[in-house]
Amino acid sequence: MNAIILSALWGVLMMYTGFATKNTRTVSVVATLGVLAVLVVNWMEYLGVSFFNIDTKGMLAYNGFGLIFNTVVLFSTLVYFLLSGREIEKSGKTPSDLYALIFFILSGISIIAGFKSLLMLFIGIEIISIPLYVLAGSDKSNLKSNEAALKYFLMGSFSTGIMLMGIAFLYGDAGTFYLEGINAGLGAISPMKAIGMVLLLASMSFKVSAAPFHFWTPDVYDGTPTVFTSFMATIVKSAGFFAFLKLFEAAFGKFQADWQVLMAVVATLTLVIGNITAVFQQSVKRMLSYSSIAQAGFMMLGVFAMNIFAKQGMILYFAAYSIATIGIFAVLSKFKDHSIDAFNGFAKKHPLVAFSMLICILSLAGIPLTAGFFAKYYMLLAVIKDGNFLWLAIVAILCAAVSVYYYFRVVQAMYFKEPNNEEVLEFSPSFRFILLGAAIIILVLGIHPDYLTGLL
Amino acid sequence: MFAAFDNFPALLIWLPLAGGLISFFIKSEKVARASAIVFSLLTMAVMMTSLFFSSSESFVYNQVSYVWLPNLGSSFGLILDGLTRVLCLLTALVFPMVFLLVPGNRYPNANRFYALMLLTQCGLMGVFMATDALVFYLFWELALIPVYFLASIWGGEKRIKATFKFFIYTFVGSLFLLIGILYMYLKTSNGSFSLVAFYNVKLSDVEQYWMFLLFFIAFAIKMPLFPLHTWQPEAYEQAPTPVTMVLSAVMVKMGLFGLLRWLLPLFPLAVKQFNTAIIVVIVVGMVYASLVAIYQDNIKKLIAYSSIAHIGLMAAGAFTLKAVALNGAVLQMFSHGINIMALWIVADLIETQTGITKISALGGIAKKAPKLTIFLVVAAFANIALPLTNAFVGEFMLFNGLYQFKPWIAAFAGLSIIFSAVYTLNMIKHVFYGEVVAAVEGYVDINKTQAMVLTVITGLILFVGIYPDPFFKMMYETVGLIVNRYVTI
Repeated sequence: MNAIILSALWGVLMMYTGFATKNTRTVSVVATLGVLAVLVVNWMEYLGVSFFNIDTKGMLAYNGFGLIFNTVVLFSTLVYFLLSGREIEKSGKTPSDLYALIFFILSGISIIAGFKSLLMLFIGIEIISIPLYVLAGSDKSNLKSNEAALKYFLMGSFSTGIMLMGIAFLYGDAGTFYLEGINAGLGAISPMKAIGMVLLLASMSFKVSAAPFHFWTPDVYDGTPTVFTSFMATIVKSAGFFAFLKLFEAAFGKFQADWQVLMAVVATLTLVIGNITAVFQQSVKRMLSYSSIAQAGFMMLGVFAMNIFAKQGMILYFAAYSIATIGIFAVLSKFKDHSIDAFNGFAKKHPLVAFSMLICILSLAGIPLTAGFFAKYYMLLAVIKDGNFLWLAIVAILCAAVSVYYYFRVVQAMYFKEPNNEEVLEFSPSFRFILLGAAIIILVLGIHPDYLTGLL
Repeated sequence: MFAAFDNFPALLIWLPLAGGLISFFIKSEKVARASAIVFSLLTMAVMMTSLFFSSSESFVYNQVSYVWLPNLGSSFGLILDGLTRVLCLLTALVFPMVFLLVPGNRYPNANRFYALMLLTQCGLMGVFMATDALVFYLFWELALIPVYFLASIWGGEKRIKATFKFFIYTFVGSLFLLIGILYMYLKTSNGSFSLVAFYNVKLSDVEQYWMFLLFFIAFAIKMPLFPLHTWQPEAYEQAPTPVTMVLSAVMVKMGLFGLLRWLLPLFPLAVKQFNTAIIVVIVVGMVYASLVAIYQDNIKKLIAYSSIAHIGLMAAGAFTLKAVALNGAVLQMFSHGINIMALWIVADLIETQTGITKISALGGIAKKAPKLTIFLVVAAFANIALPLTNAFVGEFMLFNGLYQFKPWIAAFAGLSIIFSAVYTLNMIKHVFYGEVVAAVEGYVDINKTQAMVLTVITGLILFVGIYPDPFFKMMYETVGLIVNRYVTI
């Protein structure tokens, strides 16, 4: 509750900073302080200190899992602000508005962290989505950005419609919006509930860009200004997955046997399509869009298995995937040319940045001693634990092997090829330092994942 | 007093790791080389010392375990027993030799070169000593990553492609291994990754078959066994020679080691079920690789194919489950490491001086470099497994086991020995004897450092060939444990 209110208030504050000062650097500092404050109050709530006591009729309730998820997301946002603040300042005339939108999204994510009712789920998802449509189109003079915003908006509204219809079916069946109420009752799943469930599965799959509802992703991610793609592909996606997991655990946990096969199919499709398509991309930005689909496939395994390993793994996955992707996008957004060849000889020119980026890439590929390895480890463990789906684990590892192919093309360009790019890139000392810090966090979580998973 | 020496296994990992990390920050090439040599020699000294501080009554010599991830059921457990000692000794010997042989100015950014090499050593030591499946897996991958960078940065013309193929192959294999390990972990009674817990898991026949398959693919790719060997000749050819030495002398032993430590003891039912078929495939692969080796005109590729045949023999011997063959396989792992080192050294010396790797383009080196020729001939005899050389002891025992298993298989496998004589002697004849070709006119014989390293190798070849007893004393108890797994079923 702390985080929802503070981030909403800070969003309003951010809008006014635009009037108070023309210095964009100050705006960034205020925003960074804001996210830090939200992070702190959220952590205080985890420790049992709650500043607000609002009666939500049980529609919002926070437990350890939700608060830790929120902490991970807020921490990722902090890293994101620190690394990409300069880029946010450069995009659009008034960065204060853009920061405000991001804070509203954080407020929506905080609702998602504690929803107990379908109404809250819907409100949370919409509070996240609407500012995102604006962010996607924030580069107003760029046609691609406009196209991305429109596409995202149309497709997003469509999926929202499907979600509403699903909620209506569920309400018709159970007579309540509460998740427990939907999970209650004896016997097999009723047809109406089944329809509602499938509709929700489709709309949530859309939000997390799982196949076969992923078609919007590459175009939108590619058209959106890089700095916001980074936010969209990491923090927002994590929130989508958290909602997905929580919804299916709390509302349909009893019917796991009914939806598990469906979820396995979605996971398999996402893994295969995401990874195979990513192989053919020549632009790093597009490759990362497909890689985000591929990673979503791995996270789907967590939703699929839904046991203790899955929950621990999801939290670790959010952290590992978000920090690594934010790091890579932060470097990428400094490049004008987004092709893989632009990275040729990068390690010779900027060894420290290249090394940090290498750690991020190794983590995405799931190489041991990085957080990404243990994230995948937990997902595989969760699937194997489930018993009858060993084949799904094998599909997943084959896809992970494919992913090494495209991730390592960037490594090859950075380390083994001669520089051919005349573009002069400047990385400030603070940027290098923070990026290295992110890489160190990835390594620490790769050696001691229990620092994070042990919290659950 | 002996308790203090229990930390030996840990030192064998920490020393190369520390040396590797330090080396990244050394600016001067000379200092980097010196520090790498010092760290590798220190590691060797620790290894040598540990050989003398052991009680032979128990098969476990040194064991150490740190708390690492208690919630996950994994602890950082290391052991030095009979089997791992042989391999750690090999690892500890190979690296200083490689560092001594490579001139300091040969590779640009030498500090990184040495750093990555030492990290590889750290990974290899960890693989051999781990008693915890998760730790084993981490080191298994950790040994691969530095090698990938080493070969891709300093390798030959087609290095990026060849190395990437090697990397993808092994990575796929290790992911299968990961699935297997996770499955076993979930089957343990107390949720533990330790080797002992894995030994106590009761699996049904079908489960064993699946697990066997998952583990075996990983190990077979690493060795490599026919038909999964296609990454190997290219990778050996394209990697810089010091890396090739490490790859062929030590790294491929990871697969064989995995066979002995994990696969054979864990899945006895599946092994019994499949071993005849696997041995037949391996033996066919051996003969095939030997035939291909005969037709190679490139020294490096010849050595690579010859290695496939030799490794195949060890794997086939291990699958016979006869005590004599298993002992022979462990000894041969050591001997093959030493022999192939010698062959690579010779191939590298010739290539750096003449720039030629084609056998048909060379000739008459013996006239110009008599000292080198003496060493080469000893190494070549060892490669053919002539009596009094180290390989004779091991291969004799392996054939003995194969013969006990199925005489006709042994007879067929014997072809590869004959072929190995053909291609090895053929290579010597063409490269070292005959007319002196123009390219070797100005050939200079080996210098003192090279002579010293080659003398050590020759000494080892003859020592093990004449008096292998210390090795058997070291390993027979550990190998006996593997055989015992099969007595009870």
